[in-house]
Amino acid sequence: MRLLVCISSVPDTTSKIKFTDDSSRFDDSGIQWVINPWDELALTRAIELKEDNTNPVTEVVVITIGTFQTEPTLRKCLAIGADKAVRIDIEPLDAYQTASQLAAYIKNEEFGFIICGIESGDYNEASVGGMLAELLDFVSVSSVSSVRFNKDQPIFQRDVANGKEELSVNGTAVLIVQKGFASVPKIPNMRGIMTARSKPLELIKASSSKSLIKFVNYHSPKEKEAVQMLESSDELVEKLSKEAKLI
Amino acid sequence: MAILVYIRNVAGTIKKQSLELSSYAHAMAEATNQEVIGIVIGEIDDSALSELGNYGMSQILKADNPNFNMRVNRVYTRIIEQAVLKTNAQYILFPDNNQGKAIAPRLSVRLQAGFVPQVLGLPSSYEPFHIEKRAFTGKALANIEVNTERIILSPILNSYGLNENKTELKIENFEPEIDEPESRLTILDKKVNTERINLLDADIVVSGGRGLKSAENFKLLEELATTLDGALACSRPVADDGWRPADEHVGQTGKIISPNIYFAVGISGAIQHVAGVSGSKCLVAINADPEAPIFDVADYGIVGDALKIVPELNEAFKQHLSDNQ
Amino acid sequence: MIKQWFVWYSKKQQDKDTLKSPNMNFQFTEEQLMIQQAARDYAQRELIKDVIERDEKAIYPTEHIRNLSELGFLGMLVAPEYDGSGMDTISYVLAMEELSKVDSSIGVIISVNNSLVCYGIEKYGSEEQKQKFLKPLARGEVTGAFLLSEPGAGSDATSQQTTAIDMGDHYLVNGVKNWITNGNSASTYIVIAQTDREKGHRGINAIIVDRHSEGISLGPHENKMGMRSSDTHSVQFTDVKVPKENRIGEDGFGFKFAMKTLEGGRIGIASQALGIASGAYELAVKYAKERKTFGTEIINHQAIAFKLSDMATQIEAARFLCLKAAWLKDQGQAYGIASAMAKQYTADMAMQVTTEAVQIHGGYGYVKEYHVERLMRDAKLTQIYEGTSEIQKIVISRAIANGDI
Ligand SMILES: Cc1cc2nc3c(=O)[nH]c(=O)nc-3n(C[C@H](O)[C@H](O)[C@H](O)COP(=O)(O)OP(=O)(O)OC[C@H]3O[C@@H](n4cnc5c(N)ncnc54)[C@H](O)[C@@H]3O)c2cc1C
Ligand SMILES: Cc1cc2nc3c(=O)[nH]c(=O)nc-3n(C[C@H](O)[C@H](O)[C@H](O)COP(=O)(O)OP(=O)(O)OC[C@H]3O[C@@H](n4cnc5c(N)ncnc54)[C@H](O)[C@@H]3O)c2cc1C
Repeated sequence: MRLLVCISSVPDTTSKIKFTDDSSRFDDSGIQWVINPWDELALTRAIELKEDNTNPVTEVVVITIGTFQTEPTLRKCLAIGADKAVRIDIEPLDAYQTASQLAAYIKNEEFGFIICGIESGDYNEASVGGMLAELLDFVSVSSVSSVRFNKDQPIFQRDVANGKEELSVNGTAVLIVQKGFASVPKIPNMRGIMTARSKPLELIKASSSKSLIKFVNYHSPKEKEAVQMLESSDELVEKLSKEAKLI
Repeated sequence: MAILVYIRNVAGTIKKQSLELSSYAHAMAEATNQEVIGIVIGEIDDSALSELGNYGMSQILKADNPNFNMRVNRVYTRIIEQAVLKTNAQYILFPDNNQGKAIAPRLSVRLQAGFVPQVLGLPSSYEPFHIEKRAFTGKALANIEVNTERIILSPILNSYGLNENKTELKIENFEPEIDEPESRLTILDKKVNTERINLLDADIVVSGGRGLKSAENFKLLEELATTLDGALACSRPVADDGWRPADEHVGQTGKIISPNIYFAVGISGAIQHVAGVSGSKCLVAINADPEAPIFDVADYGIVGDALKIVPELNEAFKQHLSDNQ
Repeated sequence: MIKQWFVWYSKKQQDKDTLKSPNMNFQFTEEQLMIQQAARDYAQRELIKDVIERDEKAIYPTEHIRNLSELGFLGMLVAPEYDGSGMDTISYVLAMEELSKVDSSIGVIISVNNSLVCYGIEKYGSEEQKQKFLKPLARGEVTGAFLLSEPGAGSDATSQQTTAIDMGDHYLVNGVKNWITNGNSASTYIVIAQTDREKGHRGINAIIVDRHSEGISLGPHENKMGMRSSDTHSVQFTDVKVPKENRIGEDGFGFKFAMKTLEGGRIGIASQALGIASGAYELAVKYAKERKTFGTEIINHQAIAFKLSDMATQIEAARFLCLKAAWLKDQGQAYGIASAMAKQYTADMAMQVTTEAVQIHGGYGYVKEYHVERLMRDAKLTQIYEGTSEIQKIVISRAIANGDI
């Protein structure tokens, strides 16, 4: 069984976020790009599934939609243990465009299931997984917190209001994952790092596709007011009820 | 034309988030001269829905075929799509939570409608349609333009608030035609945990960090959460060390929440943690270290030993709640 | 008796063209950056958790060493054909810096293993020695120790009292070695000992000794000022028999072997010092932005801001010295003087920077919880071992006097 993990390359959370002078674009000079944290957990778990020989997983493929700038991120995925990387060469404008590029690729391939992180740390659209499933008429399972195998059948666990459900899917599923899917991201070992360049990185031309929304410009959130330091619990209760009116 | 609000049905009840969404829709309706219509899926009594009439909703489509009780994103998407077509809705609103995140993108594809999640505030203009959303894990706001015929939005929970608006509410049965009744998804097992309030829904979240010193001390936070009817959360090292279950961890790699009040107790305020809670309406920090970075993002702060302050606070809240009953 | 040795060799994976057209290139490769990140992730995620406790109780980091060997750090410079990771020295500098930012005891364990023991065997050992000793070391299954210093022979490494007497089919080793890093945890020792006293330093040999051989006994774990989680012991040899085939190189090659090997070792220790300094600097910056006095963050007091400015600049200068020495080594050029400069400057700088980092922290800096006091104690050792700062200056000044630089 082959698994596909969708990867987004995002600025490290500790990066300072700046925009171009007309604030129409994200200014990426000096930015350190990393694997989107949820995608990294997804990849970690996919590789764990592959490394456990009792599972039917034979190959882990990673894919990203992006310019050549994203290649180091993809090679990092290969270093961590993905077998193959695919890059579709276009700077996506929105989640819909990203999802339609992915769909165009996946249509001609066979995967046991496809994993997407819940959202990407840049444009925070949280939509690619769901859109992808709809475009391909796949089942999408959100809030997935773990995957295991019962013989050849993957069993997914998801969080639902007040609990957890285990389920299986007939056909290809798109999993939308968050925390808990793997505990900590896998650190690549040196052998992985050295072999990353010799693993396949397939470059695919973008199919023409449209976007549905447009990011016009950006600004910083307004400065929040300074913290009010309080002396006692009673004072806090007073503030929360009278001033913030939340209790 | 109408504004369609997806009403989340949680085992026959609705959550405050639906009232908030209705309030938000009502404000849009006033500006665009439209009607607010709700869609609810699965079994639910009319009485559980009537509250929505107080928040500007005038009609509800109730698709209460028991077959729909089970949550299947694909089927839900199709039910809502039919409701959109039936009501000729121009705007469709979802809560910005897991269910919204699961369904709205699918609907966006079906309707070829632009979808804007993590919305903050009302649209700044309708023609052309402009609205703000959160971006870069809260470090920026993006101004979005959407030109599609229909538009899907999900406002961040608790970012708008409630606004009462008494309206006459009609509840109408809705029987969509679903092309694929038998699902490709099989539920094998369900573990229900009814005691704890779902972290993503909670208005009040009491969260602990390494400063709590041990798993046992989280009892103090549990007590406070019980008093306030809130949920419990924690920082990542706490979950990593097994003091609390992994699904309670909030932050960049955990859950992203935006409760009305977030209590950060013994949490230093690392940027990765704050990324998950920066949408909270009010952040209260309790920390022994007056220089802890959490105070830079907090609204109210108390410096001191959590083990001493939390029980005091619990008593103070109990007193306040009983005084105000 | 200290003399510089030119080491010319070339490594397999290198691009020969860079020799013909040397150019300034400040761009790290993707692989180098990934190794740096891997080391950083492991240090910030795992080493940080128990570093204070390990320092306080002087606990050897068994578990971390196992994990780091799985990641490939223990034999990172060894060629893949001997089960190493085949990394270049630049990567080694980057990795050592990141690990030592948090835990320099880990740094020295890895440095001794890589740049003294593994490098020594890979460069000068026989094929059989490589198969037998180097492979398990490179895989990180066992660690190694380098036994040169003696109670009476530190800086003056020529006055070796330990003897390895040629008994025909084996050597008989007697004597005491002092201050041996990995003394207890290592399985493979490289021992420097005098075979023929008449020949002076040309009568010294380097031999590979199984730490579990009969006749070896250890002194107690030294109760050190810093780097307390690395295990340092004195090692006593009493009629220890060592097979003749365990001698590295020709008879009498031992002293030259030790000096050549230490040239590379200095790059490891310099990078360790670099990490200690930059770890302390990062903590100081963070603290200076948080701590308020007289109504403002202390970074707004010029006295503190200028300290940080000096620290940043000195660290940057030291980093270039380390990278330059590493680059020369990777290019197969002589790097003995460059590595001496890197070690002396970086170690002295680390001592200064860590002291200032404690100062910036005020009283908080003096308690263990804030890490900087440990880094300050650790920094001191980098000025002492693998050639004190004074000895490095002797190496450099001799080269100046000889007109070599
Ligand atoms: C890629 C990445 C992703 C990450 N993702 C997340 C994430 O999603 N969520 C997350 O939380 N972290 C995340 N982290 C970790 C994050 O950087 C911090 O390490 C973590 O949030 C710190 O947790 P803490 O505040 O509980 O502990 P600490 O930083 O140790 O803080 C403990 C606090 O408790 C205070 N304290 C101590 N004793 C008392 C007392 N008696 N009373 C009151 N206060 C006391 C201290 O002053 C201190 O401020 C991530 C890190 C990385 C590198
Ligand atoms: C924790 C620790 C771990 C160690 N690990 C190892 C190890 O694994 N293997 C190993 O073989 N050794 C190891 N050493 C030993 C270390 O390399 C020596 O301590 C070092 O070389 C200094 O030798 P010494 O202590 O005998 O000092 P000395 O040589 O006695 O020096 C005393 C002082 O005199 C100065 N000095 C000496 N000669 C001159 C001169 N000609 N001109 C000017 N100044 C001079 C020195 O710089 C120093 O300041 C370790 C030491 C320590 C403390």
